[in-house]
Amino acid sequence: MIDPELAAQTIRLALHRGATDAECTVAEGEEFSALVRMRSLETLKEAGSRAAGLRVLVGRRVGSSYTSDLSAEGIRTMVESALDLAAISTEDPNAGLPDASELGALTGDLKLYSTDISAIATDYRIEQARQAEEAAFAADPRITNSEGASFDAYSGERVFANSRGFLGSYRTSSCSLSTTPVAREGEFMERDYWYSSARNYSRIESPTYIGKRAAERTVRRLGARKVPTQKVPVIFDPQTARSLLGNIFEAVEGESIYREASFLAGKLGESVASENVTIIDDGTLPGLFGTSPFDDEGVPSRRTVVIERGVLRNYLLNTYTARKLGMKTTGNAARGITGNTGVGHGNLFLEAGQRDARDLVRGIRNGLYVTELIGSGVNIVTGDYSRGAAGLWIENGEFAYPVSEITIASTLQRMLMDLEPGDDLEFRGSVASPTLVIREMTISGQ
Amino acid sequence: MALSDSFFGQKFGVTEHDLESYLSEALAAGGDYADLYFEYLATSNLSIDESIVKSAVQGVSLGVGVRVIAGERTGYAYSGDLSPEKIRKAARVAACIAKGPSQVEKTGFDESHKRNLYPLLTAPHETSLAERVDLVKRADRAARAQDSRVFQVQASYVDSLRQVLVATSDGVLSFDRQPLARLGVSVLARDGDGSPQRGYAGGGGRVALDFFLNEKTPEHFAQEAVRQAIVQLSAVPAPAGEMTVVLGPGWPGILLHEAVGHGLEADFNRKKVSAFSGRIGQQVASPLVTVIDDGTIRNRRGSLNVDDEGVPTERNMLIENGVLRGYLFDKLSSRLLRSSTTGNGRRESYQHIPMPRMTNTFMLAGDSDPGDIVRSTPRGLYCASFGGGQVDITSGNFVFSASESYLIEDGKITRPVRGATLTGNGPEALKYVSMVGNDLQLDEGVGICGKEGQSVPVGVGIPTIKLDRMTVGGTAG
Repeated sequence: MIDPELAAQTIRLALHRGATDAECTVAEGEEFSALVRMRSLETLKEAGSRAAGLRVLVGRRVGSSYTSDLSAEGIRTMVESALDLAAISTEDPNAGLPDASELGALTGDLKLYSTDISAIATDYRIEQARQAEEAAFAADPRITNSEGASFDAYSGERVFANSRGFLGSYRTSSCSLSTTPVAREGEFMERDYWYSSARNYSRIESPTYIGKRAAERTVRRLGARKVPTQKVPVIFDPQTARSLLGNIFEAVEGESIYREASFLAGKLGESVASENVTIIDDGTLPGLFGTSPFDDEGVPSRRTVVIERGVLRNYLLNTYTARKLGMKTTGNAARGITGNTGVGHGNLFLEAGQRDARDLVRGIRNGLYVTELIGSGVNIVTGDYSRGAAGLWIENGEFAYPVSEITIASTLQRMLMDLEPGDDLEFRGSVASPTLVIREMTISGQ
Repeated sequence: MALSDSFFGQKFGVTEHDLESYLSEALAAGGDYADLYFEYLATSNLSIDESIVKSAVQGVSLGVGVRVIAGERTGYAYSGDLSPEKIRKAARVAACIAKGPSQVEKTGFDESHKRNLYPLLTAPHETSLAERVDLVKRADRAARAQDSRVFQVQASYVDSLRQVLVATSDGVLSFDRQPLARLGVSVLARDGDGSPQRGYAGGGGRVALDFFLNEKTPEHFAQEAVRQAIVQLSAVPAPAGEMTVVLGPGWPGILLHEAVGHGLEADFNRKKVSAFSGRIGQQVASPLVTVIDDGTIRNRRGSLNVDDEGVPTERNMLIENGVLRGYLFDKLSSRLLRSSTTGNGRRESYQHIPMPRMTNTFMLAGDSDPGDIVRSTPRGLYCASFGGGQVDITSGNFVFSASESYLIEDGKITRPVRGATLTGNGPEALKYVSMVGNDLQLDEGVGICGKEGQSVPVGVGIPTIKLDRMTVGGTAG
C-alpha cells in the first residue's frame, strides 16, 4: 500500500521550493507472468515496482519529472528537476491545473480490484496455461507447434494529489489467459491466438474454451491465397474493429483537434458518419478496463457521447486542450508516470446495431472478412487508410477460403459514412466494437 | 575498469562479493546459469509546440533484474530498490524456476570488453537545459521561416544516459555507459482551404549535443520535414496492386527489418515458428542481396559495446548473395541451439527478460547507378521515406508504410502519391530484387523496434534497390 502522505509531502516540498501549483502521482504495481510452451513451464516472472511523477507550475510555466527512487533524496531530485524545467519553458496562458470546482471522484464500488486473483496459487496459474495450450493441441491435428500459453496477473495502486486540495487513490487488479497455437499443413504455417482478460478471475473464459477458439482461429488461416486487386465490401470482426475505434479516438482527442491535425477538427455538430454510428466514451462502467474514479488530473470520470447517430458531438479533452478550445475538460487526462499529461480514453465503444453479425456476412456476395490488421498506415491528419490484412473471403454469404498478403485501403471519412454495426458488442478491453461492415474498400493483392 | 570505479560501485557501493552472493542466491535451487542486470536510466524530453516550450519531462528509473536459466526454463524477477535484502529477495523469486543441484561453479569475474563505440566526454544529458531547449526553438523557427504554408510545428529533443552493469554466473562482468539522443520535427502545412499534410524528419544516435550543432542541425531536420509536407500537398491517390517498386536509400531499409530481420531472430527459430526456420543455406533472396546486422558501428542508434547480457556486439552476416547464413542469438537461444552467441540479446529495461533483437540492419551496396535503376523502370512506384512496418513472422507476411513516394512513369520520377502500405512475404519478396544501387545509406537515427511489448532503439540502411514485384495498397485503379 502507498502512503498517501508521500504525494502530499512532495507537493508541499514543491510549493516550498517555489512552485505555485503542483500535482503528484505515486503508483505501485506487482506483475506475475507464467508461460507454458510445448506442455512445459518455460518462463516465470514475478516482481513489483513503484514510481512517482510530478507536474509543477511556476506561474504559467510547466515542468514535469518522475523517479523510481522514492527515497527522500530521490523525491528531492524529482522536485528540483521539475522546477528546473519550468524555468526553461515558455509562459503559456492556457497552462494550469483544473479549477477546484472540477476536481472530484466517483463514489461507490467501481469493481476495479478483486482479491480472487491473488488468492490463486502459482501452480494453479501454470496449470490454467497448460490446459489452454493443451486444448488447442486437442482441437485439431494440424496444430503441431505452439508459441505457448500464458497466465498473467497484475495488481496495483495509484495515489493522486494536487495543491488545490485533491487527494484520491484507487486499486486495480487484472488477469489474463491466452494461447498462441501454430498450425502447419503442407507448405503453409500460420499462427493466431485467443485470450480472455478481466479485473477478476471469475470472469476469465475457461482454458478449454480459449484453447479451442485459438485453434479454430489458427487453422482457418491455413492455405491462404492472395486475391486480385478489386473494390468490395469489407467486414471487420470485433477484434479488428477495435483498432478502427482506436483510430477514431486519435482523431477526436483534444491535442490533434487544437493543432488541426485531425480530419475531424472543426467538424463539431456536423454529420461525419452514417446514422448507424454512435460512439461513446464511458469511464464509469463498473469492472471494466477503461474505468477509474477520476482521471490523471483529479477530475471525475464520466460518460461522453463522441458521435451520436452520425453527428460529431464532443471531443475528448483534458484541462489544457479544453482551455485551448474554449471548452470544459471531459475528464480524459492521462499520464503515464514517465510522460507528459495527455489525453486518454475510458471505455470507448461503438454501440451495437440491430442486425445479427452473421447476417452481415450472409448479405455479402463477394467480399472480405478481416481477422487481422498489421502495420500503421493510418493518417489521422488526412484520414487516408491503408493497412495490411488477413482474413476470410466471402462468396455468396459464406466463408469460402482464407486470404493474406493483401492490403485494404480507403479513407476514414468514407469508411465512417459507409459503416453498419452488428449486434455483437462485447467488452474485452477498454476499446470495444461489434462486427462492422463497410460498404466498399480497395483490396490490393495480385 | 574496476567495479569500484564503475558507476554502480561509486554510487551504490556494489562490490564483487555482493554480485557473487546474489548469483549464489539465484542458483541456490539449481539451474545452469544466472545473471544480474543493473540499470540506471536518466532521460529528458523537451518539446516545443505552437512556438511554446510547453512540455518538458525529465526523470530517473533504476533497478536490477535477476534471471535464472534451467534448461529451457527462465525465472525472472526484479527490484526497483538496490538494497541487498531486496536484490536477494528477487534472486530467491527467480530461483523458483529451478529444481535440483546447481551445475554452476563460479570463479570470479572477467571484464568483457575494452572498446568504446560512443566515447563521449559529455553525455547529452549532462549539458545545460538551456542549450538543449535551444535545439527545439531553432527547429521551430527554421520550419516556420521555410514556407508560409506551414501552420503547425512540433519539435522534440529526447536524450538519455543508461548506466549498465551485467554480472553473470559464467564469469562475465561488464559495464557500459550508453548515451542516446534524438531530435524530431513534425510539421503541418496547408494550401488555402485544402486538407493539411504532415511532414516529419528526425535523427540522432549515440551522440553528444555537438552532433546537433555541427553535423545534423535543427535546421536540417526542420527543412526536411517541411519539404515532405509540401510535397504531400500535391500528392495524388496511390496506385493499388502489384507493380515494380524502387526504394530510395536509407530509411527504406525498414524493408529488411520487417521482411527478413525479425524472422531470423533465434528465439522464433528455436521454436520453429518462423517462416525462415530450417532454411539456413537456402536461397531466400536474389543473388544481388547481402544483408548484415552490425552492432559495432560507431555512434549509431542501434549500436552497443556489449548487448544487455554482457556479450560484445558483432557484425553478423544474415544473408550472403541471397543465401541464408545465420540467425541473431541471445544467450538462451545459443545455449539451446548449441551455437555461438552473436551479441543480440537485448531488453527494454531491468524489468524485462532479454531476447534476440536486431541492432543496425542493412543491405550492402551493389554496382548499379541509382539513376539507371529509375530509368530502367517503365512504370512503378518510387518510395523515398517510410513510416512504420510490421511482420507476422510465422506466415512471413509483412507490411511497411510509405510516407513519401512518387509514381515512376517512362523511367522518370513524376507525381507524388499519398501514403500507402506495401506488403509482401519475407522468404519470397527479396527474390524479386533485380538491381542494387551503389549508394548504401544508413538511416538518420530514429528507429524504434517493438517485439513482445519491449521497445529498443535500432538502425536500418539500404542502397537504392529495385523490386520487380511488390503489392502496393493504394486506392487508385
